[in-house]
Amino acid sequence: MPKYAYYPGCAVHASARDYAVSAQLVCQALGIELQEIKDWTCCGASSAHPTSHLLGLSLAARNLRLAEEMGLTLTSPCPACTSRLAGARHELRDPAALAEVNDILGKDFGNTVGVEHLLQVLSKGDRALPVKRPLGGLKVAPYYGCLIVRPQKVLGFDHEENPQSLDRLLSAVGAEVVPWGFKTECCGAGMPMARKDMVHKLSGRILAAARSAGAEAVAVACPLCHSNLDMHQGDMKPNPKMPVLYFTQLMGLALGFSAKELLLDTHFTDALALLRGKGLA
Amino acid sequence: MSVNAVVPAPGTPFVKRVEGLSGQKVLKCIQCGKCSAGCPAAFAMDFTPRQVMRALQLGLPSDELLGASTIWVCLFCQTCSVRCPMELDIAGVMEALRLVAIEDKHPAAQKNIALFHRLFLWGIARTGRLHEFGLGGMFNVRSRQPFLNVSHLPKMLFSRRLPVLPPWPWSKGAGEVRRIFRRVQAAQKASRGSHA
Repeated sequence: MPKYAYYPGCAVHASARDYAVSAQLVCQALGIELQEIKDWTCCGASSAHPTSHLLGLSLAARNLRLAEEMGLTLTSPCPACTSRLAGARHELRDPAALAEVNDILGKDFGNTVGVEHLLQVLSKGDRALPVKRPLGGLKVAPYYGCLIVRPQKVLGFDHEENPQSLDRLLSAVGAEVVPWGFKTECCGAGMPMARKDMVHKLSGRILAAARSAGAEAVAVACPLCHSNLDMHQGDMKPNPKMPVLYFTQLMGLALGFSAKELLLDTHFTDALALLRGKGLA
Repeated sequence: MSVNAVVPAPGTPFVKRVEGLSGQKVLKCIQCGKCSAGCPAAFAMDFTPRQVMRALQLGLPSDELLGASTIWVCLFCQTCSVRCPMELDIAGVMEALRLVAIEDKHPAAQKNIALFHRLFLWGIARTGRLHEFGLGGMFNVRSRQPFLNVSHLPKMLFSRRLPVLPPWPWSKGAGEVRRIFRRVQAAQKASRGSHA
């Protein structure tokens, strides 16, 4: 049974509880063990590295070291965390940088740990999915966001401009994946407090593009994308009224879990009416 | 106008500092503009990414860039960096410019974005993990927008997606993070001292 050191990250641990719960359920159903890193802390996210480079590296390295101690590859459902952790790992290949960070940590960290986003873990190989309730041609726009596939030289996963892993996973559980051009456009990331106008503009055009591509829902793999596309949708004018679901919730539905178990009732833009119409909730 | 105005000047100390921090050579930029064309935040910038690269090539006064909105509204989405035909990490240059602006205490053109990042790190330095409720509350008070995003609160609280209590500050992790903050600060003070 594949086993990973699980790093939820601050948002998935709290405001994206629905992502955490659905990810755990799907992994259990597929026989993947997520062993949470004990005492994990913030990776530094988008605030630390453009404030102090050394701080960003050290905060990430503390968590990488904990995973290294477990002897497992680290996985996170959050692309921002994955990107910071993988980015730190990439930079710490420089022995001088590693020595400097080890000095800060006061520990002996070897920088030998692998880092993979949960989507990468779930889309690995040709895993047979025990689908109990195919999604019946639900038209879904697969939205990857910025940091799952960028930059390729750090992450080495999928394709920077036209990724396919989420497309394949959603097709495998019976969704109809619509082709569209906004797969990796930015949603506005961490700006909903400081520049709400930017989030409305960027997320608004993503939702509009999904609509015009014929999608009935958008699938996401990031807690920030979900918050920007779902929670802030109600403040956009006109309201796009486009359900936004975590890809793990869509997979969970197909694997036989109920909408309630997957916390689909906690979203701002109602997804339940659509799912009921398709006999999925 | 002198022809020299469009000939790249040899790097000023400021340009060299940005190059050192980012590991990028600004003269490699061929000004094709792919970075600006793909930048999702370009509409909110005063200088587009291509213009930033040009300003660095020409060695324009550092105040222009350090006081620009651009370095604060950049989302670090990496689109520019992965599309650059010269393989320049333009997002890395943006990051370096922000690092210089912070280090030199240059007034931020986007005060609320700078405030957001300061408050974010203030919280992490105390509890080791992000406390979203606390960060939102502090941001609203300090930016004097008491009702910002408040309409989302009832649903978030009701669906138990927004813990009101902060993460336990006496956990092992929080203690270690506090120590990381202290040591990084000390290391930076020491290195600034040795440069002076």
